[in-house]
Amino acid sequence: MKNFNYHSAKDGKEATKLASSNSAYLAGGMTTIPSMKLGLASYKDIIDIKGIKKLSGIKVSGKSITIGATTKHSDVANSKDVKKAIPSLAQLAEGIGDPAVRNRGTIGGSIANNDPAADYPSACIALDAVIHTSSRKIDAEKFFTGMFETALKKGELIEAVEFKIPEKSSYQKHPNPASRYAIVGVYVAKNKNEVNVAVTGAKSCVYNDEKLSKALSKDFSTSAVNAINVSSSGMNSDIHASAEYRASLVATYAKKAVDAC
Amino acid sequence: MKKITLEVNGKPVVKEIPDNTLLSSFLRETLNLTGTHVGCDTSQCGACVVHVNGKSIKSCTALATDVEGSKITTIEGLASNGKMHPMQEAFKKMHGLQCGFCTPGMVMSAVDLLQNKKNPSEKEIRDWLEGNICRCTGYHNIVKAVKEAASKM
Repeated sequence: MKNFNYHSAKDGKEATKLASSNSAYLAGGMTTIPSMKLGLASYKDIIDIKGIKKLSGIKVSGKSITIGATTKHSDVANSKDVKKAIPSLAQLAEGIGDPAVRNRGTIGGSIANNDPAADYPSACIALDAVIHTSSRKIDAEKFFTGMFETALKKGELIEAVEFKIPEKSSYQKHPNPASRYAIVGVYVAKNKNEVNVAVTGAKSCVYNDEKLSKALSKDFSTSAVNAINVSSSGMNSDIHASAEYRASLVATYAKKAVDAC
Repeated sequence: MKKITLEVNGKPVVKEIPDNTLLSSFLRETLNLTGTHVGCDTSQCGACVVHVNGKSIKSCTALATDVEGSKITTIEGLASNGKMHPMQEAFKKMHGLQCGFCTPGMVMSAVDLLQNKKNPSEKEIRDWLEGNICRCTGYHNIVKAVKEAASKM
């Protein structure tokens, strides 16, 4: 791993001030450190934000739940507030990686990285999340822009993720047996007037499956999913699963999620 | 270079290290605590699991600089007064190891599991240890060992 200057920021202001065109924020480091070790990324400055108290914690307020950027997966998985307000979100966090990874990895890191097979981006899309950053609020729909790409500008720091509490929801995934990343993951959230179906793992970036969302908004049942032909066009095809298999998994896991709601 | 102050196995440690030092290298090469193993070096196998402030983490995927001020426990820190930790005793009794390479990580992960759950079921043990890989595939006795330790702890 190439050397860098390590900084531990005391607060958000200091963190953004230290940021440059050749820096990265470090929270859990579950992707940043392996990427640097493999030589896929190198930075002049690493800005550790773990010590910034304001960036960690879970708050519930009436219609939404706000999770600080450096809140660990294990904290979300074990949070009584999350389990009560959005049980599927706690369940999603419980299914990420393994316990040692969940003790380190953070929600902000997961969405900033926007891995095409990551779990949290699907929660952001399905639960109409708003991403609070050091300079603005970004709707999840506009946040995830492509494979490993987000709307974040250089040096912009994620502070928290605000999720809308749905009436009912469920996240179901077909995990890669080794990494636990989603080969396909489907997050179904039912609100009063509409249903959101977010899919991760299937394409180069998380997306809202509009056909499924529309069909389930009209009729919230597995037969509504059966009536939809999920196209494999644009889906990933790799050693783990072909595009056609992924398309079939999207329908299967959408039904599982509807059943579990 | 950065000067870091932390506690390792109950003893204060102050060292000056390059900024990019991994916690696993710091433990093994700077402190000569070679009980923590590096297997895959890509945070998958779990041989390098140590506790940071009581929680299990993969030390090959943490910087030594970013655990500054923490309390670290490695496999060398489990025994007290020459007596093995109940988890170590249980691994010995139930033959929970073959080549032994994965054992330090298995033991550290299993100790963290029992901190979270006193009497885990076989499924809970297997789920918890999914980030610890045994290439001898000796999982059967590892699970038995964790159950044995749970009954003693």
